[in-house]
Amino acid sequence: MLEPVILLTALINGLMFGAIYALVALGLTLIYGVLHIINFAHGALLMLAMYAVFLLFTQFQLDPYLALPVVVPGFFVLGYVLYRFLIGKLARGKDQNILLITLGLSVVLENGALFFFKADIQTLNLEYAYDMIEIGPALVTLPKAISFGASIVIGLALWALMAKTDLGKAIRAVAKERVGARLMGIDVDHIFAVSYGIGIACLGAAACLLMPSFYVTPTIGHVFVIIAFTTVVLGGMGSFVGALIGGFLIGITESFGGLFLGESLGQIGIPLIFVLILLFRPTGLFGGKA
Amino acid sequence: MKKSPSSSGITRRQLLAQSAAGAAVATGITGFPAILKAQSNSVKIGFIHPASGGLAYPGAQSRLGGQMAIEDINAAGGIKSLGAKLEAVLGDSQGKPEIGASEVEKMASAGVHAFTGCYQSAVGLAASQAAAKYNLPFSIDVGVSDTLVNRGLKNVFRMADGYGRITSDAVDNLNQINQGAGSPAKSAVIVHEESEFGTGTARLLSGKLKESGWEVKDVIKHANPTRNFDNIALRIRSMKPDVVIPVNYPGEYILLAQTLKQQRVPFMASYSVLGGGFNFKFLDEKPEIAEHMIDFNHWYDPTSAKAKEMRKRVEATGNYFTFEVYCTYNSIRLLADGFERAGSKDPDAVNAALASSTLDPLIMPYGPTKMVNGQNMGARAVAIQAQMSGGKLDAQVIYPTAFASAQPIFPRPA
Repeated sequence: MLEPVILLTALINGLMFGAIYALVALGLTLIYGVLHIINFAHGALLMLAMYAVFLLFTQFQLDPYLALPVVVPGFFVLGYVLYRFLIGKLARGKDQNILLITLGLSVVLENGALFFFKADIQTLNLEYAYDMIEIGPALVTLPKAISFGASIVIGLALWALMAKTDLGKAIRAVAKERVGARLMGIDVDHIFAVSYGIGIACLGAAACLLMPSFYVTPTIGHVFVIIAFTTVVLGGMGSFVGALIGGFLIGITESFGGLFLGESLGQIGIPLIFVLILLFRPTGLFGGKA
Repeated sequence: MKKSPSSSGITRRQLLAQSAAGAAVATGITGFPAILKAQSNSVKIGFIHPASGGLAYPGAQSRLGGQMAIEDINAAGGIKSLGAKLEAVLGDSQGKPEIGASEVEKMASAGVHAFTGCYQSAVGLAASQAAAKYNLPFSIDVGVSDTLVNRGLKNVFRMADGYGRITSDAVDNLNQINQGAGSPAKSAVIVHEESEFGTGTARLLSGKLKESGWEVKDVIKHANPTRNFDNIALRIRSMKPDVVIPVNYPGEYILLAQTLKQQRVPFMASYSVLGGGFNFKFLDEKPEIAEHMIDFNHWYDPTSAKAKEMRKRVEATGNYFTFEVYCTYNSIRLLADGFERAGSKDPDAVNAALASSTLDPLIMPYGPTKMVNGQNMGARAVAIQAQMSGGKLDAQVIYPTAFASAQPIFPRPA
């Protein structure tokens, strides 16, 4: 069981799947980590994005990767509109309202999907889904290798956006001190909606990168959302590099947990990390002072 | 002054109260089953299936079959001895045993006369136990754990077979196929899901295989859901078994089959036992993975004209003819026949009638119906293989020979 070849392959597989966790967590780290919005609808919106990719492929024969320029802006607009006209309006500035609104939104989205798409498992049948790349001893599917590269690019792009642009400064200002930001002339509601939009756009990207190798059902969000919250806490609230590294660490933990403890017991690795991080480093690996 | 948004925190009490309300909405415990207004004289049958959650698709397929049966029976005059029509009362177990049991409790107090369900053995155990308190007849449509009929409950009946005999038949069949090809296969790996269904089936399979001289190289358990099968594929590849035996639910079944192909794991056959994902949809959508896969499962009788007609009817509605459809169809027929012969809605009388059922299995490849402790001894599962037929991938019955529509292809071509 402990042959180096198997360990190395498990490591590479963990990294590849961790990239997908990172992709889902990148949007959440902005919404939850920076703006402290507990977005219970994150998983349901991922599911919606996956169905969008599925429909674009089945109805318009649009390849999931070519769907990126459609789905990402589309979900940015959806996120913006959702925040500006639903979440933000109904929340009336109260965090607990946001919690209930996003929970309600997820119930509506999941049951809507159940109604329109039925509970059936939907997959895309793409020829290149079986193309393999040999990385050392490991065989990695082309879609997973692409997700790996894309998650790093998206993570760095978000980091650059936050650190180097005026928009990033405005988001950080709003997150730190809303009243102060408003006094400086920043349109707080607009910035909140833009941030939420960017977070949801990340889910659009994750869906495009995930669909070539995964399936979608109305409850698929549950498969990823707990891991996304764990990744954000592990990486440090609001840290994009943290979300990226956190995703990889969780992928590797899951991979090795499965290898040493069996796929069933191996699942305890992820909640264990969550508890350990909360106990010993509540700010996360790359988080600043809370 | 208007309260600034940043000053609004959540107090502990508010969080507790609102989380509880949210959780209630999320789990649906505030919901009531869709109990229709009772008609003056109807026999109400409670459906306990997963209508939401990860197993909602098979749950919906079960409902479809059950409702078709009710339509057919009512169109033919309903329960004639009672002058009553059948009426479906739909429940949602959410795939959870405790919810399944509470649905039974709610329906029992609302006057439901009998139950069918539950797709999952674990839910079936809890729900039929709850029905036993009222002695209400419970017809298991899909649920393979033999504990369902071995608890001495007088109200539980099962038309389809259980995993004890299914695993034994499955291994006999595998031996025959293997011997027919000159016995090239000698070893197997079992990959199973972690609940009662997968664990119980895998345990029995492993024992049977060893008895027949197979080397069982590993029995690998996985969680529901499992997001990534790369490591399992890796382990299988390193062990080089001749046969891979999956025992799991639909999502994981497809993901595992896909990963085995991606990771280029060599084996002579994928021989699933009660493979949740082996159906016409899988064959249509993933033909390059599905071809030559074998599944040992509940299946319709391909030689029955009635079954072929039913398949056409289901496909005409845009649905797939999966085993849940006809298993629940027959489960309702069993109950209706029980009420008919009992000539009463009294649970004791109906249970007695069900225990002496000789119902024509009609669309299923079964022998004559004979109930022993609630189990239909005539029930049999069959082996099906995905084979090309007329330029299209189709599911062909390859065992037992009496119902076979094609010869097995084993080992699969490289």
